[in-house]
Amino acid sequence: MAEVSVRKVVKEYDGGVQAVKGIDLDIADHEFVVLVGPSGCGKSTTLRMIAGLEEITSGEIWIDGDVVNDVPPRDRDIAMVFQNYALYPHMSVFDNMAFGLKLRKFPKDEIKRRVDEAARILDIVPLLDRKPRALSGGQRQRVAMGRAIVRNPKVFLFDEPLSNLDAKLRVQMRTEIKKVHQTVRTTTVYVTHDQIEAMTLADRVVVMNHGVIEQVGTPNDLYHHPATRFVAGFIGSPAMNFMPCRVQDGANGGLDVRVSDSIIVPIPPARVDRYGKFKGKNMVLGLRPEHLFEYHEQGKPGWSRVEMLVDVVEPMGMETMVHYFVDGAPICARVDPATHAAPGEMMPLTADLNQMHLMEPDTGKVV
Amino acid sequence: MVDGTSVPIGVTAPRSKAGRKTTMQKFAQRRSTTGFLLCLPLILLIACFVIYPAFYAIYLSMLNKKMTAFVGLGNFEFLLKRHTFQLVIFQSCLFAITSVVLKALLGFTLAHLMHNIPGKNQKIWRGLLLVPWVIPLALSTLTWWWMFDPSYSAFNWVLNQFGFANVPWLGVGWIARFCTIAVNVWFGTPFFMIMYLAALKSVPEQLYEAAAIDGAHGIQKLIFVTLPMMRNIIAITVLFSLITTFADFDIVRILTAGGPQDMTHVFATYAFQVGIQSGDIPLGAADSLFMFPILAFAAFFVLRGVTQRTKEIAA
Repeated sequence: MAEVSVRKVVKEYDGGVQAVKGIDLDIADHEFVVLVGPSGCGKSTTLRMIAGLEEITSGEIWIDGDVVNDVPPRDRDIAMVFQNYALYPHMSVFDNMAFGLKLRKFPKDEIKRRVDEAARILDIVPLLDRKPRALSGGQRQRVAMGRAIVRNPKVFLFDEPLSNLDAKLRVQMRTEIKKVHQTVRTTTVYVTHDQIEAMTLADRVVVMNHGVIEQVGTPNDLYHHPATRFVAGFIGSPAMNFMPCRVQDGANGGLDVRVSDSIIVPIPPARVDRYGKFKGKNMVLGLRPEHLFEYHEQGKPGWSRVEMLVDVVEPMGMETMVHYFVDGAPICARVDPATHAAPGEMMPLTADLNQMHLMEPDTGKVV
Repeated sequence: MVDGTSVPIGVTAPRSKAGRKTTMQKFAQRRSTTGFLLCLPLILLIACFVIYPAFYAIYLSMLNKKMTAFVGLGNFEFLLKRHTFQLVIFQSCLFAITSVVLKALLGFTLAHLMHNIPGKNQKIWRGLLLVPWVIPLALSTLTWWWMFDPSYSAFNWVLNQFGFANVPWLGVGWIARFCTIAVNVWFGTPFFMIMYLAALKSVPEQLYEAAAIDGAHGIQKLIFVTLPMMRNIIAITVLFSLITTFADFDIVRILTAGGPQDMTHVFATYAFQVGIQSGDIPLGAADSLFMFPILAFAAFFVLRGVTQRTKEIAA
C-alpha cells in the first residue's frame, strides 16, 4: 500500500490536443479516491498515466515515494480493473487470477493460497475452473477484481469497472467494491462518469472537466459546498437548478435576489455580508431540487411564496419531481409524493435559501 | 362479404377439404426445404467438379495401364515399391512442411513488424509485400528460373562479383530442393502475413495492457496473449497452406520439372509425368490419391482443435 502523487502532470497528444492540463493531486495511503467527470475530461487518461499505460508529456507521478515516470507498468506494483474486464479468454478463472503471480515466479502453494483467498472474498470459488466465456458480466467483473486482489499491489486502479453492467448489478457490485476496499484497505484510484458511484464509494472525490481538476473534496463537501458551477451541476441527481438573477437592495437593509419580475426573494441575513459586494450585478442562483418545496401555510415563517406554472410531473414513489420554466430556464423541484401538482396548473412553491449558491456568470465560481 | 356473412378478425374459418395442405405442400414450405433448394446450385457444382472427379480418380487408380482391367490396389503397391516414388513422398513432405513452417514464421514476423508501423506507411508496406502473392505464380516462377540459371543468372552474377564461383542452383539435388522451397516461401509468405496481421488487429489492446500490468514483458505478451489468441487463425492458415503446398505443381514443374534425378518431384508433378507424359493415367491417379490420407489426417486434427478452442473462448 502506498501514497500516490500527481504533480503538474500534462498529457498532450499528437496535434497539440491537451487531454490533461497540469493537474496536481495527492492520494493518501489506504485512501479511496474517485476521479469523476464527463466524457473527455481527462480522468481515464490520468488513471492510465498512473498505471504507466500512457506516457506523460510533462510533470511527475510518484508512487510510494518514488518517481515512476519512466517505470514500465509491470514494475509499478499496481493492479488495474478494466471497463470490459480484459480477462484472458483462453485461461480459466484460476489461471486469470494467478497469471500475475506466475509471471512473478511465486511458489505454486502461495499462488493457490492467494487465489483461493481472493475467490473466497469475492464469492467466486465455484467458478475457478470455468473459462470467462461461461461467466456472467458480474462474475467476470469479480474475477477481474480477484486478479487485482491476489497481487496485493501498492495501488488499485479501476477504470469505469461497472459501466458494462445493468443498473441492478451495478448497485450490487458497487457495494462489493466498497466492501473489498474496507477489507484490503489498498490505496485505490477509481474512475467513473457516474456521480452516484463517486459519491457512494469515495473517501474523496476529484471532479475533472476539460483536463483540469475543478474541485477535490469529500462527497459531502462537493455536494454542499461546490466550488464551481460545473461541480454544482455535476454532483447531485437531479442536477442543481440554475437561474440567472440580480442581487439588489431588499427590505430592512437586507438583500434580495431578483430572478424575474414575479420572483424576488430575500437573501437570508446570515449571507448578506457575503453577497453584499455583488449588489447590482448579474449572477446565477443555484438551488438543488430538494431545497424547493411546495408552499404550505404551516411552512416555515419568513419563507417566500412563489406561484409557478407546472410543466411536467414525475411521480417516483418516495418523491415526486415537478418541472417548471422560469424565464426559459428549466427548474426541477423534488416534492412530497402527496402533492396535487398537475401539468398546466399553478403551484405554490417556496425555497430554503439557506442552501442557495450564488455564482459569477462568466467564471462560474461559487461566491 | 359478398354473401353477407362475416367472420371476426383472428378467428379462422373452418378448413374446407380443398384448403387442406398436401404432404408435398407442407414439405415445400418447410424452412429446411427452402434452405436445401437455395444450396442446391452449390451442391450440384461440388458434385460435378469435386465429388465426381474424386470418385472417378479412385476408380481410375484401380485400373491397369490400358484401363481395360480392374487391378484393385495394384497401382498403389507398385508405386510404394518404387524408389522414385519413395523419393516423391519424402520430397513432398519436406517441401510442404518446410515451406509451411518457414512461411508461417516469416509471415508472423512480417505481420508483427507491419502491425507496429503507424497508419499510412503500413498500407504502403502491406501493398508492397503482397506483390509476390498477386503476380501469377507461373510468371513469377519463370523469373526465378531465369535468376537461378547457371550461366546467365542474377544470383551467379552477384556471386561472381564477390569472387565466388557459379552455383548450379537447379542442377544439384539438395540445392534444387532448397530453391523450390525458397520460391514457394517467397510466394506464400504474404498470405500468412495478411492473415496474421488481421488476427493481430483483432486481439483486444486491453489484453496487452492487462498483461503489462500483470507483469509481462514483450516476449511473455507474445507467448501468453498473442499466440493463444491467434491459435485458430494460425491453425487454419497452416492447414490451408499445407493443402495448397502439398498440391503445388507450378513451381516444381517450371523450375526443375522434377529433376535432377527426380529429387524435386512432388505428388502433383510426378502424377503429371506418370499419368500425362508417360500415358499411364491409372498410375498417375493412384499417385495423386496418396495426398488424400495425409491431408485428411492433418485436417481432422486441426479442425477439431479449432472447434474446441472456438467453443472455449468465444464470448
